Amino acid sequence: MTAPAPRLTADRGRCIGAGMCAMTAPDVFDQDPEEGLVLLLHTEPPAAHRAAARLAVGLCPSGALALHDGGGADDRPS
Amino acid sequence: MSESVHTVTALPTERRTDCPFDPPAELLDARRHGPISRCTHPGGKPGWLVTGYELVRSVLADPRFSSRKDLLNVVDFELPPAPPGEFLLMDDPEHSRYRKPLVGRFTVRRMRMLTERIEQITAECLDAMEAGGTSADLVTAFAKPIPTIVICELLGVPYEDRASFQEQIDAFMGGEVSDEELIAAYTATQEYLARLVAAKRAHPTDDVLSELTDSDLTDEELKGISLILLAAGFDTTANMLSLGTYALLRNPDQLAALRADPSLTDGAVEELLRYLSVAKTFHRTALEDVELGGQTIAAGTTIVLSYHTANRDPERFADPHALDLSRQAAGHLAFSHGIHQCLGQQLARVEMRVAFRALVDRFPALRLAVPAEEVVLRPESADIFGVKSLPVAWDAK
Ligand code: HEM
Repeated sequence: MTAPAPRLTADRGRCIGAGMCAMTAPDVFDQDPEEGLVLLLHTEPPAAHRAAARLAVGLCPSGALALHDGGGADDRPS
Repeated sequence: MSESVHTVTALPTERRTDCPFDPPAELLDARRHGPISRCTHPGGKPGWLVTGYELVRSVLADPRFSSRKDLLNVVDFELPPAPPGEFLLMDDPEHSRYRKPLVGRFTVRRMRMLTERIEQITAECLDAMEAGGTSADLVTAFAKPIPTIVICELLGVPYEDRASFQEQIDAFMGGEVSDEELIAAYTATQEYLARLVAAKRAHPTDDVLSELTDSDLTDEELKGISLILLAAGFDTTANMLSLGTYALLRNPDQLAALRADPSLTDGAVEELLRYLSVAKTFHRTALEDVELGGQTIAAGTTIVLSYHTANRDPERFADPHALDLSRQAAGHLAFSHGIHQCLGQQLARVEMRVAFRALVDRFPALRLAVPAEEVVLRPESADIFGVKSLPVAWDAK
């Protein structure tokens, strides 16, 4: 049995537009050109981009990103 | 527990000259005792010093710690609140009111679009160095002009004003002039920026400042924002370029690796940021009593966060005192963490990637022109660490 794909969420109210996610995982995150806040390109990142997505979630300075693993455990930076 | 806590009686003022890139020995010693120590602020007030990576990062993400200038509890007189627009020293919601309209102007994508222009500026500096002979002071010939020109173009400082504007900011950022000269330069910069804001409002041009006049920000606020972009963006980048070059010259194997492999450039910039941490310490003040690393920080107490020591924490980075351009340095705190994380970091990255690459490519035999002991460092009391000058030499073509 394969675990369901991890699901990403982004809270644009918390986002400070530092660009860490767009820099770290450009296939998963972008910044909208007007406000500079996070845009999710995939809510369920394909396997090839999951490691980068996980790293980006860990680096997010404002705690705006979270990765909800299929198994139920959530990743959210402190 | 609080009885046995390590105490740093006074914050250190000197680095070891044989190891100028490392934090002062007292700070590394404090980290060895634990991630948090008691300390006395230079103004005499008691405080705390946080040196461990995890603890520094947790404070930066914690809204119970304030950045407000008027809450700083380090001297025995009251400090005024930050002037309008200077949001580095404000908390939300004021901070975010200023930061929000700027964020879209500093995105990864927009900053990468400046790459070609920054390559051009860098090439012009290198051409001038070559035309001048086979030696130069890298600080005045390279490290300062690149970020100065970039900031001037960002703020839309007209070409004919650049030379005098650069002189002014040099005087008030450099810390090398008398108090009267410093105040004069600071006042002149303020006045210049006020005139610039008025000019952009009347006749918008293609730059960030003109774009910002199309918002609810007042002229006074725009002046404050311009000042903070200047103050935060110029000295930091200039010192990364000069101190970074010095670090590479003192680590010839790393310099050779970078020269041989352009794909190392982005990682090299992250590692130099971690290793050097030129913006070395910042303050936060507790808004309520907070438990931190087994200690209680009383409401109103100001703590010192050592980003440099945190970036050298052996629990976070293996062999932390080695400059290793191939390591995974992501997660370093050189641009801070939390809501104040550097607004200009994507710009600074483009500047450093372009400038270091072009420098090592242009001068294959770049070397110090004086013995290493003669390279003069800034005092540890300067906000941003670096070298005062860096005499370098290269071979004629
Ligand atoms: C290598 C160069 C740079 C370094 C090391 C650096 C470092 C930092 C650090 C550590 C902070 C946060 C301070 C804190 O935690 O309280 C910061 C904030 C800031 N930086 Fe930079 N910076 C650099 C370049 C730039 C550039 C090029 C600009 C703009 C053009 C800039 C603009 C700002 C601004 C506006 C803030 C305040 C952000 C806020 O409070 O939300 N910086 N920088």
